[in-house]
Amino acid sequence: MGTSGIGRGQADDVPPPKGGGPAKGEGPAKGEGPAKGEGPAKPAAPPTAGPSPKEAAGAGRTPPPGPARPEFWRSPLRGPWLTAVFGLVLLFGITVVFVTGLLSYAAYDPDLAAVNDQTPDKGWLGFYLFPWPTSPYWLYRLTQGVHVTLGIVLVPVLLAKLWSVIPKLFEWPPVRSVSHALERLSLLLLVGGAGFEFVTGILNVQLHYIFPGSFYTLHFYGAWVFIGAFVVHVAFRLPRALRAVRAGPGEPPAGSEEAVGLVSPRPAAPTISRRGALAMVGLGSLALLVVTAGQSIGGWWRQTALLAPHGRDPGSGPNGFQINKTAASVGIRPSDVGPAWRLTVRGQGRQVDLTYGQLLAMAQHESALPIACVEGWSTPDQRWGGVRLTDLAALVGLGVDTPPVLVESVQRGGSFRSAVLGDNQVRDGRSLLAVRVNGAVLSADHGYPARVIVAGAPGVHNTKWVTRLTFGEPA
Amino acid sequence: MSAPTAFRRRYGASPLHLLLVLVSFALAAYAGLRLFEGDTLGVAVWFVGAALLHDLVLLPLYSVTDRAAQALFTRGAGAGRTAPRVSVNYVRVPAFVSGVLLLVWWPLVLRRVEHYTAATALPADGFLGRWLLITAALFAASAVVLVVRTRRLHRGHRRARSATK
Repeated sequence: MGTSGIGRGQADDVPPPKGGGPAKGEGPAKGEGPAKGEGPAKPAAPPTAGPSPKEAAGAGRTPPPGPARPEFWRSPLRGPWLTAVFGLVLLFGITVVFVTGLLSYAAYDPDLAAVNDQTPDKGWLGFYLFPWPTSPYWLYRLTQGVHVTLGIVLVPVLLAKLWSVIPKLFEWPPVRSVSHALERLSLLLLVGGAGFEFVTGILNVQLHYIFPGSFYTLHFYGAWVFIGAFVVHVAFRLPRALRAVRAGPGEPPAGSEEAVGLVSPRPAAPTISRRGALAMVGLGSLALLVVTAGQSIGGWWRQTALLAPHGRDPGSGPNGFQINKTAASVGIRPSDVGPAWRLTVRGQGRQVDLTYGQLLAMAQHESALPIACVEGWSTPDQRWGGVRLTDLAALVGLGVDTPPVLVESVQRGGSFRSAVLGDNQVRDGRSLLAVRVNGAVLSADHGYPARVIVAGAPGVHNTKWVTRLTFGEPA
Repeated sequence: MSAPTAFRRRYGASPLHLLLVLVSFALAAYAGLRLFEGDTLGVAVWFVGAALLHDLVLLPLYSVTDRAAQALFTRGAGAGRTAPRVSVNYVRVPAFVSGVLLLVWWPLVLRRVEHYTAATALPADGFLGRWLLITAALFAASAVVLVVRTRRLHRGHRRARSATK
């Protein structure tokens, strides 16, 4: 018999009654179960305990009219092959999205300092964290672009997968055994978790912060709630999915064991083939890819991102590239960054205050680095000019074996007005306190008078409107 | 009866099944406690709502719409035929693609993000127009395919008819 290793023998493997009529439905489902020692009928009986066990079981197995009856679902498309194809696409896609999500979490270096940590209660969920590297310098641009774009592209597949298994939501009896009850609870975490992650992520990239709390808290812990149920689901269903895909799109007869309750016993006349339905879903994903990916690729491609939040350039010229938060939106006042502005460099109990002019008088270096946002958009390399962080550390005697640095902005409110950069980030020769970009002075929206730019770091760690650098192990 | 079989009869699946589920529940509880800290009710509503959104809201909506579209095309078939025609796909496919675009990007398309321009310095008014143009292009492309296929079909019929004469 074709059942999976782990899930073998669980009640769920036995299809719901064929045809819905008691006489017709009884036979295979009930007669076979106990004989094989799997006993789906027996655990199902208690809720309707009656005088005759056989009759009681029979009454419990007759679904009420409506969606609990297999014949309620008329689509001729549903079947294990279609579900399996969507499932396997999601298995690959969601795995990539989860791993790139974990990488993004690591990219914030939350263990380095409290200011970097959006989820201080993470406990063991940060078990895998590692110092985020500066090479390759486009790493975060790639991983986060993939995370967001792939997540969006998977939306039609996720919907189609849910559509394909809708009869299972109403399967009758609702609970057949302890294992079945636990599995359904796990499915609530799976479907709820998936929906929660997709919805919070998609809203966040559009700056639509209507979710109940900090995006980082919700999206990070939600992912861990989801992934346990995801792994369990894959373990229980992967063998079945592989078998169904191997069997091909000609679905098994309704009510058969291979149909696993997905094939309609009373299918409507088809208006589209299974491959056609698959192509339609694929077209939906392709359309989402086309109107989204350009915001992560940048350059000429940006204009193709017709519906993505960063599909247009905010201006032209050297400072015309993407802005995460404008100076005005975070309350930067002209006086904050005017002639009175000073850069304070601290470390080893020493302090040096530099005027803008003194900063410009230091040795200037150039780095070609991108801006890559957690929201998935990024820019191609920009030509930054400024002072190396190691040179600034040298002002307080920390030029060699430079320690981590706390970077603080003049920004008064809002998240990410300060960040700690790791020693590997500070020591990288490309890490600058930039004062120029693409040959021009920084614009107010890009962090005038000075901003940090670090290879490979997420956008929010490239602090703008910097006023203080504190070198040393973070407190 | 061996012990595993007895367990299977009582539980409904193998011991490994139970262990796997319990591991995942423990992990979910560990993360869930942290997820629900703060606005517990809000998060619960969002989580359960996310689970039901598609199955109990979106699916009935698009299923009914699809059935209505099918009925529309069936009636057009005439001559006593009641079978739905595949031509419904010329509406179904572009409507589906346009629909998923709106489903993902509705906050921008419907201008729900008030601070969008303030934060990004990008214009907020182009999304609706672009989505409408994409939708128009999708239906137009579908119409072109329909015309081309219908012509080919007619030409085929004519050739078949003249061949039999």
